[in-house]
Amino acid sequence: MEMNNNYMNIPKEKFEFVNHGERIADKKFEDKPIGYFKDAWLRFRKNKGSVVAAIVICCVILFSFFYPLFNSQYDATFLDPYYAKKAPRHTVLRKFGIADGGVERSFAEKGLIKAVAIGMAAEDVNGTGKITLEEGLASEYQPILRLDTPTEKKAGKKITYSWTGRIDTYLELGFLYRSIEKDEYQRILDWEKETGLKVLYPLVENNNYNMDPADANFWYKAKKNQPVYINEKGKAVEIPYGEGMVLEDNYKRDAEGNPLYYELTGGGTLETAQYKVRVLYYNYYNYKNGFEVNYLFGTDTQGYDLGLRLAGGIRLSLLVAVFVSVINFIIGAAVGAAMGFYGGAIDILVSRILEIASGIPFIILATLFQIHFANKVGAIPSLLFAFVVTGWIGTAGLVRTQFYRFKNQEYIMAARTLGARDSRLIWKHIFPNSLGTIITACALVIPSVIFSESMLSFLGIVKLGSASTTSLGTLLSDASAIWTNYPHLMIFPAIVISLLMISFNLFGNGLRDAFNPSLRGVEE
Amino acid sequence: MTKYIIKRVLLMFLTMFVITAICFMLIRILPRELPTDKTQAAAILDRFEALGYNEPLLTQFGIYLRNIFTEGDFGTSWYIAFRVPALKVLTDRLLPTVIVNTYSIIFAIPMGILLGIYAAIKKNKWQDSLISTTVIIFVSIPAYVYAFLVQYIFYFKLDWLPLQVYSLADAGGSWMTWKMFHSMIAPILALSFGEIAYHCRYTRAELTETLTSDYMLLARTKGLSKAQATSRHALKNAMVPILPRIISSIIGVLGGSMIIEQIFSIPGVGQLYIKSINLLDYDVFMTDCLFYTALSLLSGILLDISYSFIDPRIRMGEK
Repeated sequence: MEMNNNYMNIPKEKFEFVNHGERIADKKFEDKPIGYFKDAWLRFRKNKGSVVAAIVICCVILFSFFYPLFNSQYDATFLDPYYAKKAPRHTVLRKFGIADGGVERSFAEKGLIKAVAIGMAAEDVNGTGKITLEEGLASEYQPILRLDTPTEKKAGKKITYSWTGRIDTYLELGFLYRSIEKDEYQRILDWEKETGLKVLYPLVENNNYNMDPADANFWYKAKKNQPVYINEKGKAVEIPYGEGMVLEDNYKRDAEGNPLYYELTGGGTLETAQYKVRVLYYNYYNYKNGFEVNYLFGTDTQGYDLGLRLAGGIRLSLLVAVFVSVINFIIGAAVGAAMGFYGGAIDILVSRILEIASGIPFIILATLFQIHFANKVGAIPSLLFAFVVTGWIGTAGLVRTQFYRFKNQEYIMAARTLGARDSRLIWKHIFPNSLGTIITACALVIPSVIFSESMLSFLGIVKLGSASTTSLGTLLSDASAIWTNYPHLMIFPAIVISLLMISFNLFGNGLRDAFNPSLRGVEE
Repeated sequence: MTKYIIKRVLLMFLTMFVITAICFMLIRILPRELPTDKTQAAAILDRFEALGYNEPLLTQFGIYLRNIFTEGDFGTSWYIAFRVPALKVLTDRLLPTVIVNTYSIIFAIPMGILLGIYAAIKKNKWQDSLISTTVIIFVSIPAYVYAFLVQYIFYFKLDWLPLQVYSLADAGGSWMTWKMFHSMIAPILALSFGEIAYHCRYTRAELTETLTSDYMLLARTKGLSKAQATSRHALKNAMVPILPRIISSIIGVLGGSMIIEQIFSIPGVGQLYIKSINLLDYDVFMTDCLFYTALSLLSGILLDISYSFIDPRIRMGEK
């Protein structure tokens, strides 16, 4: 007690500073501060749908850039008119039953024999004409991939059969007549020796038993489309389809009975004359291009690789969409900021003008731009211009409202009192606050641009069907009349555009939810 | 309110006038192509001269407006229907568009709203997540993909429906025959998927908001059952923002969908638009452009006005 009473006369030297030599400051946060964008990112990450959408978008973009790289053998302008509208085919994958280049079809007897005969002729490298059905079916070049048991149909006494099965559309093309030069004929022979693959096959005699002299696949003797053999009396007897079937060949032969592989056509000397030859197109393609047939997505209506066309279409769509979105962002933000910040008479005037301008339906605008400028500056620039010319109005309106919301708030007044200039207020204080909304709007512009672009090219208003550029809409519109026979022409572009639309919409919605401050604190 | 409506309508007319002027100038300066048939070409040239196509552009625009207001003359079609007034060409094609789209919204709007209500009531259950996910997918997929899908399933696989809409002659000379309706089912379905998803999404969002509001709690404490409270209080209030969307859907019936009309070869205004560009039938193109512009402006203005009629608390344009 006594000590306590003594506090009045504490000696001076007993006092000391609490924090002598130390700066007193707030402690730093131990964890990192969470900013606006970090916060949005955290919320975005929780939205599973949007994350999946973002991954899908990345995959589609990667596909559009890497598919052409993996196909280094040829580029998007490579075209083979004989292999147009063909189904997906891949030499490795077809062993597992996918991408076998086949379509389901039903056959009558004559059609079936014609298809099977291609395989039989391909096996018959020496032109002996002694190949049986079984050997033909086992051939590597046999177009029939699968044949179900036939169904019987009785019409009077006669029984007719019909088959359903799967046929390789590439091999179905079979043989073609080509007119080549002498040098090339020699080169093909060399190539045959080198690779062991057969390109040149015997020519066919043009007689009564040849049903169509222009079609190189009718190598067997036939009457009324039904294969026949000639018996000892010189009469034609029909050969039915069945086990052990051997067709009688109709090859052109010389005096000794050896099949002829070429004949000279056209005038000129022996040196300049063209050689008419009969080639197995599948191997001829291989010889001509130096690689085998490999179309993972099939070929389009003209004979381009559909996968490369798709990749090109995706790149074009994304390029247009991103370009439009960025330009709209820049113009919209600048005009909207000026309108919103300064307000007054200019704001009202500009708003009215923009209201009128935004009243023009986009499709009309795009059409007029195409009609006027497509010939002068090209279809894509005029399309871009049409998108940009009124596209930014929406963004400007959005920025303007955001500026109205923030410009009279206390922190702006405080900044102004401290002497901040207008430009600083706009770009440092208000703009970052409205950035989330604007970015969301820009992200949602992308799917709508992709949609509009594909719609315009689908309708043929924008014509984008050249060798180097194409659009998903053009691919779909090319397919629209014939796709029931060639489903892959429609399925692949439709899947790609649906994927793009769905994932960009989901992604944009996810961004909106993430940036929307009203959702703050709703989830745990 | 009246003042606001008058202001909006006046502004609409001003907008319409400006757009007409721009479209007119842009279309009129395009080079005109004459048909190869000599008598036709001569007739067209005479007519061009009489219409003053060789006058300065502004005079031409004056003549164009005068003709519209005094005679209702929007120009003449030269290629789609030789020497038929452009307006008649357009109105002839209005009926198929309206019929197909009316069928579609009669089917789609109730369906969408019912699904939306169901999803809202089952909020956060599996039914809701199923409907919501499907809706997001269906809203995003473009209409022509549905069109192909419908064709594939109902024509190619099942063979229930024809590939395209029958022409008037094939279906017995009327748009209202049973045969015609049968051929229209495919485009109706293709149009409906997106529409159903759109209305469903919106109804669900609005209804879930009203279902969680305070007056619903009050209604329940008064002793109303959940069904009673939902139908009497929540649904009524949720309808306030939904109704204007239905109105704008109904106006949209007039415009139709160009793509669907093109795919199913419906001879409507959308197909006319594409046809008039391809054939360079400029007067018809211009009339169609005006039609679409008027439609979109009208739809916007009706949307705004209907908002304030349905819910008087919303006072548009007032400070």
